[in-house]
Amino acid sequence: MPQKLMLGNEAAARGAWEAGVRLVSSYPGTPSTEITEYASKYPEIYAEWAANEKVALEVAAGASMGGARALCCMKHVGVNVAADPLYTLSYTGVNGGLVIVAADDPGMHSSQNEQDSRMHARASQVPMLEPSDSEECRLYMKKAFEISEKYDCPVMLRTTTRIAHARSMAQMEDRQEAPVKDYQKNVSKWVMTPAFAKMRHPVVEARMDALSAEDNGLVCLEMRSCEIGVICSGMAYQYVREALPGASILKLGMVNPLPKNAIVDFAGKVRKLCVIEELEPVMEEQIASWGVRVDIGKKDTGRQGELSGRKIRTIFGLDNPEVIESPGMPARPPVLCPGCPHRGVYAVLSKLKCTVTGDIGCYTLGSSAPLSAVDSVLCMGASVGMSQGFDRARKWAGEDSRKLVAVIGDSTFLHSGVTSLLSASYNRANITLIILDNTTTGMTGHQPNPATGFDIHGEPTTRIDLEELCRACKADSVVTVPADDMAKVEAAVRGALSETGVSVIIARKACALLDKKSRKDPLHIQPDICRGCRSCMRLGCPAIAFADGHAVIDPSLCVGCGLCSQTCAFNAIVGRNV
Amino acid sequence: MRAGMDNVSIVIVGVGGQGTLLASRILGAFGVNRGTNVKVSEVHGMAQRGGTVVTYIRLGDCAVSPLIEDGCADYILSFELMEAARALHYLKKGGTVITNTQCISPMSVVTGAAAYPEDLPARLKEKADTILVDAYALAEKAGETRAVNLVLLGALCALTQGDAAEWEKAISECVPARSIEVNLKAFELGTQVI
Ligand SMILES: Cc1ncc(C[n+]2csc(CCOP(=O)(O)OP(=O)(O)O)c2C)c(N)n1
Repeated sequence: MPQKLMLGNEAAARGAWEAGVRLVSSYPGTPSTEITEYASKYPEIYAEWAANEKVALEVAAGASMGGARALCCMKHVGVNVAADPLYTLSYTGVNGGLVIVAADDPGMHSSQNEQDSRMHARASQVPMLEPSDSEECRLYMKKAFEISEKYDCPVMLRTTTRIAHARSMAQMEDRQEAPVKDYQKNVSKWVMTPAFAKMRHPVVEARMDALSAEDNGLVCLEMRSCEIGVICSGMAYQYVREALPGASILKLGMVNPLPKNAIVDFAGKVRKLCVIEELEPVMEEQIASWGVRVDIGKKDTGRQGELSGRKIRTIFGLDNPEVIESPGMPARPPVLCPGCPHRGVYAVLSKLKCTVTGDIGCYTLGSSAPLSAVDSVLCMGASVGMSQGFDRARKWAGEDSRKLVAVIGDSTFLHSGVTSLLSASYNRANITLIILDNTTTGMTGHQPNPATGFDIHGEPTTRIDLEELCRACKADSVVTVPADDMAKVEAAVRGALSETGVSVIIARKACALLDKKSRKDPLHIQPDICRGCRSCMRLGCPAIAFADGHAVIDPSLCVGCGLCSQTCAFNAIVGRNV
Repeated sequence: MRAGMDNVSIVIVGVGGQGTLLASRILGAFGVNRGTNVKVSEVHGMAQRGGTVVTYIRLGDCAVSPLIEDGCADYILSFELMEAARALHYLKKGGTVITNTQCISPMSVVTGAAAYPEDLPARLKEKADTILVDAYALAEKAGETRAVNLVLLGALCALTQGDAAEWEKAISECVPARSIEVNLKAFELGTQVI
């Protein structure tokens, strides 16, 4: 069989294609994004970026109801957004197979929390599979579709960053077409009124019991020494294999429901039973609730961050490789890129000493020094509602002069800011909302969104006009400014803050990484004119450094955006050729 | 004795945007062409915006988990001087650091809140077998400042007494056709450093 070194996400897309998937609807989110991007390259698959995860899952659910195999991918926090349809889809079940990928991020490489999607699977009573490498991403994706149709339920596939973004060999098989099934109207299955839902709930429970008892080939027993037996899944399996080569392992490919018989059996064969899992004690607590003694588990591994072979060896009192201590180095957190259109807006907000409820995207980076312009970041869309509540609270505290601003990216606004904006209008809130429209979904790698006018393939499509949309949400004022013109941004912010009601400022300029055409020659700081006042350095541009009493621009990094020259009171910053 | 490429764990570190992913892709292709077991772990998303990036590549029987633990790397291939020091904890006792001598200041250094550490080449050499490469200058000489990655791979090839043709095949498979020539030139300049 041909094989290829594949990213976990690439192999998951391959598995979906081989399984005959017809539709993929997703919202980007690290580390799940590439599954949908790879899937969109197969001509047999219709793929789209939905406005958010809830919409994506509903589109996929509709395709499933209509008889086609459908896939929906999201990062762990996306499952919160899609939880509403998910929990009831568990009751309705499917027609064509329906699989939902939830990509967790232990260690928070690119996330705001480290929630464990297995909890969602348990709470919604949806089966969940968990692969441990790229080949399993492919195989388990196919298995998930099989289970979905066999048991008439959606199935979740859980990955973690180290599975999604690791490359290992995966095989390639042909696509098996899954013909679109018949649709028969069936209200007791698809209309979840209380009366019908009451009839479906027992079906859900019976299905989970059957799945727990059935041997579906996803349990893998590796008997070695009987001294130590480890139950694990996913990435934890790789750590265990490396750290404890002599231990017996029960590797679970299905983490919800747990295969009770296989686990109880295994527990009886080994002297010391260990449950090694990242994040929450999802398996351990269930196993312990059956009266099985777990000797090593969460009290030893902890709930935070990623596991490692080293952590596991330490728990078992084994020797670890000797380590050369790294000398302490200044941290290097991510920063806004040179030429980033978000920078000028933050410089203005920082100068005006605004209180800023922030949101999630590249522009979250405006929270770090020296811009230090953001007061809060919670979840996608939260900036708008939080601003409204914060304003009311501070007014009660007797503050009338606080300069309060909410900032949100274009993709995030369309994901979950629109309802908050119309709710603010409806409730006569007093907010100033800046939409940072860099015409792309930057943070997750430049996916188009509904305001860009392009679809997932880069083809032109209907463009949602942000100005019109905000007016339709009954904002009292909507003004658009070029994000890289700090004087105009400042005038707009001052204007909005002096008004009452709902004011929207759309600060627009394309992402510097996308818009290579508007790149200009690097600028230059004339050393004899620069007074060393450092006002350009307050922009936090990686291209500007300070040496010998004045600021200098690194020509290999500068893209000539001109923001620094706008801040220079002495006109020291000019084009190279001057 | 430095490790060869048969059974090897390599940690690549650098600053987001420096092209570390291409280097790991080339090493992956190199392993695949040899028919050995290959595991690569990459960083996407947040960390790519100018932050520290770490990529792991493992070839051969050692490649169980795609991650490389502290004290287990045969080589650290560093695209930036300070990042080499930060990554030292990955190095196996007796392992080798190959580092670009280029310094890129993190924001705390730019703003003056911290200083760029001094004497790093000497401090690195004190702690580990260290090969210093002015990869930026060599990439510039090859005609493409972004080819720092290929210069460093060239150094790794020479250190492991590799067969240049085998490496060049992997490189040609991974870089866009129009830039093969300049990348191979940068690679060759890297091999001459050792
Ligand atoms: C519910 C949820 N889904 C997805 C993500 C991943 N994510 C973080 S920010 C973001 C969108 C960023 O785009 P935009 O708002 O346009 O800002 P930009 O990064 O372009 O500045 C996404 C998809 C998330 N954090 N939460």
